[in-house]
Amino acid sequence: MSNYRIQGATGDWEVVLGLEVHAQVVSNAKLFSGASTEFGAEPNAQVSLVDAAMPGMLPTINAECIRQAVRTGLALGAQINKFSVFDRKNYFYADLPQGYQISQFKHPIVGEGTVTLDMGDGKTKDVGVERIHLEQDAGKSMHDQHPQLTYVDLNRSGVALMEIVSKPDMRSPEEAGAYLTKLRTILRYIGTCDGNMEQGSMRADVNVSVRKPGDPLGTRCEIKNVNSIRFVRQAIEYEAQRQVDILEEGGVIDQETRLFDPSKGETRSMRSKEEAHDYRYFPDPDLLPVEFDDAFIEAARESLPELPDDKKARFVEELGVSDYNASVLVGEKESCDYFEDLLSALAEKTGKPAQKLAAKASNWVMGDLFGALNKASKTVNESPVSAKQGADLLALVEDGTISGRIAKDVFEIMFETGKDAEVIVEEKGLKQVSDTGEIEKIIDEVIAANPAQLEQYRAGKDKLIGFFVGQVMKATGGKANPGMVNQLLKPKLDG
Amino acid sequence: MSDIDKATVAKIARLARIKIEEDKLEPLAGELNNILGWVEQLDEVNTDDIEPMSSVVDAKLRWRQDEVTDGDKQASVLKNAPNAEYGFFAVPKVIE
Repeated sequence: MSNYRIQGATGDWEVVLGLEVHAQVVSNAKLFSGASTEFGAEPNAQVSLVDAAMPGMLPTINAECIRQAVRTGLALGAQINKFSVFDRKNYFYADLPQGYQISQFKHPIVGEGTVTLDMGDGKTKDVGVERIHLEQDAGKSMHDQHPQLTYVDLNRSGVALMEIVSKPDMRSPEEAGAYLTKLRTILRYIGTCDGNMEQGSMRADVNVSVRKPGDPLGTRCEIKNVNSIRFVRQAIEYEAQRQVDILEEGGVIDQETRLFDPSKGETRSMRSKEEAHDYRYFPDPDLLPVEFDDAFIEAARESLPELPDDKKARFVEELGVSDYNASVLVGEKESCDYFEDLLSALAEKTGKPAQKLAAKASNWVMGDLFGALNKASKTVNESPVSAKQGADLLALVEDGTISGRIAKDVFEIMFETGKDAEVIVEEKGLKQVSDTGEIEKIIDEVIAANPAQLEQYRAGKDKLIGFFVGQVMKATGGKANPGMVNQLLKPKLDG
Repeated sequence: MSDIDKATVAKIARLARIKIEEDKLEPLAGELNNILGWVEQLDEVNTDDIEPMSSVVDAKLRWRQDEVTDGDKQASVLKNAPNAEYGFFAVPKVIE
């Protein structure tokens, strides 16, 4: 599907990509303890004796984390496994007090599913999900606070993660970026991960290999812990080119773990001297298998909101919103919430059906609102004009109180002051003039003041009607109802 | 079937961060082979179509509610640490 190729001296190379996304589960408490998951606390203040791996402590599974993993699986159309097992993944590191991570190896909670990518122009591409399993996060090591010491904070230790493993279905940096974007959107919609990549709530391990099109898979390298969508694309571009360069010079790729350095834009080998990872997985003897019934799955399904793909289809098909507008609005949950709140308030206020208003409302959100927000470097959540206030403004245009042109001015003032549209219209006297007598009077004045243009118009230059409309609007400060101006002007010009 | 050699013992010891003197590797390999040989007697039993047993007791996994019931004990958590600074565990620098 993808035409992304790296050109080498020996021909074109295809890139094969798979992602392992670690997504922090939204829950109050950790996966196996009652300590809080909140971000930003004092070091080691959110650590129970279970998280610190004190001798004799036993893990107890948090029901909500199971439910969230099941909800995520359902949202990806994945198989839900009613029987799954926690295993110990053994390795040594200073921020892993247990000496093992409790994870799922042979029997994950969620099996195969699909993420559908929007590739623009209405094109889509399906990327397979191999599995999702639940596991514990490790603590955090800080290496730069002391010349000889590493500081370890265990607040994150034991927080629930979902590891979402894709199939090697992606073929370009763009597809990998689109996959991560889409996955993030879905998780944020259903509220199973906040998707905050700066805080590390979502990070990706990227598997990269290259091959000549049609050849079997090449040896892959895994780039660990990439924490932004942009970096994922950059890391892939660099890594794929590095592999092609090695292969073209007759070399071989070592299967290894690499690290992406954003400041240099390159990947470099990590743990190269360490022996091949040998995690010695085995079922955790402290934990029985996780089992639940169909009713549990159904309850999780019931709790899902409308998913982004369904929402987009509804916007386009039922509400008449353009494909582009629908894609952008649905892409960010906050934008979509704003639009939907605005639309329902507008429908209520005007008494008109939503489908009659949706296209216009979406244009306003995408144009006027987003334009102003961008200029002010604000997110939609920080908008000084609430969805309700936006609806009030559009309602004034709908019922003819103000013209679309004036609405833009009113919006500017709303955006600056946070005042309601009605108040501004009242204060500034911006109400549209819909009084026939008044408009006629102004039309007469304009015609009288422009005899030359009138003559040309009557001689057949029809287009000059635009000139007269403009003059009338100018004379009224833009407040004349444009529909009425057109209606009244023509007979007078025609004489 | 059991064939644990000296190198395997050394590797497992390293992975488990257990220090074993060179002259102890050979005897340990022998002991481990004996243990595995003993356990392997179970292979004589036909277990086709028998579900793996996950526990010897008839119990289900207990689930906890998603409530914050623990934490706020930095001092206790750090109490046995050989070294702690500013609320962090302080360990010899580990950098990759």
